[in-house]
Amino acid sequence: MITKEQYSIAEQKKPPAEPVIAIGHLCKRFGDNIVLNDFSLTIGKEENVVVLGKSGVGKSVLIKCIIGLMKPDSGTILVFGQNIPDLHHEELDRVRAKVGFLFQSNALYDSMTVRKNLEFPLRRHWIKISQEEVDAMVMEVLNNVGLAHTVDLLPEELSGGMRKRIALARTLILKPEIILYDEPTTGLDPVTGKEISRLIVEMQKKYHTASIIISHDMHCVKLTADKIAVLIDGKCYAEGTFDELQRSTDRNIRQFFE
Amino acid sequence: MPIATKFRQFLGETGTIARFTGHYFVQSTKPRFEFSELIRQCYLIGYNSFPLVGLTGFIMGLVLTMQLRPSLVNYGVESQLPLMVGIAIVREIGPVITALIFAGKIASSMGAELGSMKVTEQIDAMEVSGTNPFRYLVVTRVAASTLMLPVLVILGDAIALAGAFVGVNIRSTTSVHLFFRQVLDNFAFGDVVPAFIKTFFFGFAVGIIGCYKGYTSSKGTEGVGKAANSAVVLSSVLIFIIDLIVVQVTDVLGLN
Repeated sequence: MITKEQYSIAEQKKPPAEPVIAIGHLCKRFGDNIVLNDFSLTIGKEENVVVLGKSGVGKSVLIKCIIGLMKPDSGTILVFGQNIPDLHHEELDRVRAKVGFLFQSNALYDSMTVRKNLEFPLRRHWIKISQEEVDAMVMEVLNNVGLAHTVDLLPEELSGGMRKRIALARTLILKPEIILYDEPTTGLDPVTGKEISRLIVEMQKKYHTASIIISHDMHCVKLTADKIAVLIDGKCYAEGTFDELQRSTDRNIRQFFE
Repeated sequence: MPIATKFRQFLGETGTIARFTGHYFVQSTKPRFEFSELIRQCYLIGYNSFPLVGLTGFIMGLVLTMQLRPSLVNYGVESQLPLMVGIAIVREIGPVITALIFAGKIASSMGAELGSMKVTEQIDAMEVSGTNPFRYLVVTRVAASTLMLPVLVILGDAIALAGAFVGVNIRSTTSVHLFFRQVLDNFAFGDVVPAFIKTFFFGFAVGIIGCYKGYTSSKGTEGVGKAANSAVVLSSVLIFIIDLIVVQVTDVLGLN
């Protein structure tokens, strides 16, 4: 097992990546249910970190706290040096313009075409933008995810994999510096799941983003992770690369790799 | 469930609706104002409801006239049929029936739409996209509902009166001119204005309850179904309560 301490020592030997997210001693509870308990994690620039954990342990709660959709009970979440729980709406919106979020359910707006879905965040965050620029950016991200022909379709006319790609395109359209993925391959067949995982890596390289990927799909984890953080009992139980954690003899970590 | 628990739940929900309504007023005065979405909602809520309101209004006017005629014939006041039908439609039946039809169509669709948006994380996605979802989804829908119901009631009343004209002509013959002169000449301020004003309150109640039920629905498809259903039931009950209050107020003001 690679404990957090051992991993930190190993990391110190490498040139330190500039942190874009620094989570410190994060706690979140729902009534008596303690979901996050003194959780700490740092994500460097252009680093892909997978948060691995069983269902219901608070992985999604973690990234919803990072984007400001939930307020933690205590602890700090520094994104580009700004503590998210302390920010007002306007400040939070400015941070959100640089942070993409891919929802587990894709969260495409049912009543809007693919074009309108992609235009929506652009029009909201960048108010002074011409229609020509919007059209160009929409077609650029659609070409990047290989779905330019779906521009005038409604989400209900797309397959599950296509919806996921469009949701990723909507996340990419603001050219974010960080992308948070909430179980990007859940509900997809293994082939489409692998395609989405490859697309995530491809887009990460193209757009130079840092990412937090919530997943328990080991194919996705292996393909996408620069570093894995294992979330157990609300804490960051262990950190390491895929190979390091795969070699671990700790029963709690091994269960994910068997 | 014990009555005391049910009563506590009722008080709790009343408080939550009051807070939601207060939040609506606070948010509706803050920029950014979503005018284009408001116009879109006015079209969806108003224009799309018109065929249903028109059809039910016509049938209502026709049936009311046919049902009322025998009683008036018995008393020998058949000539007063247009006046009586007109007053019944404009003062009470038109606004209330139109509002109930509107509640059935709009409150349920708002409850289901916002409920499913919540379940599929579309509301969260909106917030992440730099949009205040309450202002974009709730404020625009409630405002559109408040503005469109009075318009629909005016159109519904006109169509109901046309239905009444057809109803009168089934058993006797009256010209359009004579029919509408009999109806309109006898209208007083108290017949028209309070009836018109209360439709704004009906529209607001339908909008706020539909949005409240959808926006606060529990997760899952069952929650969406419950939101749609309870939105219709609660907004229909509220329409009658508002109607009762308006009657009392107009009575006190001497407008009845």
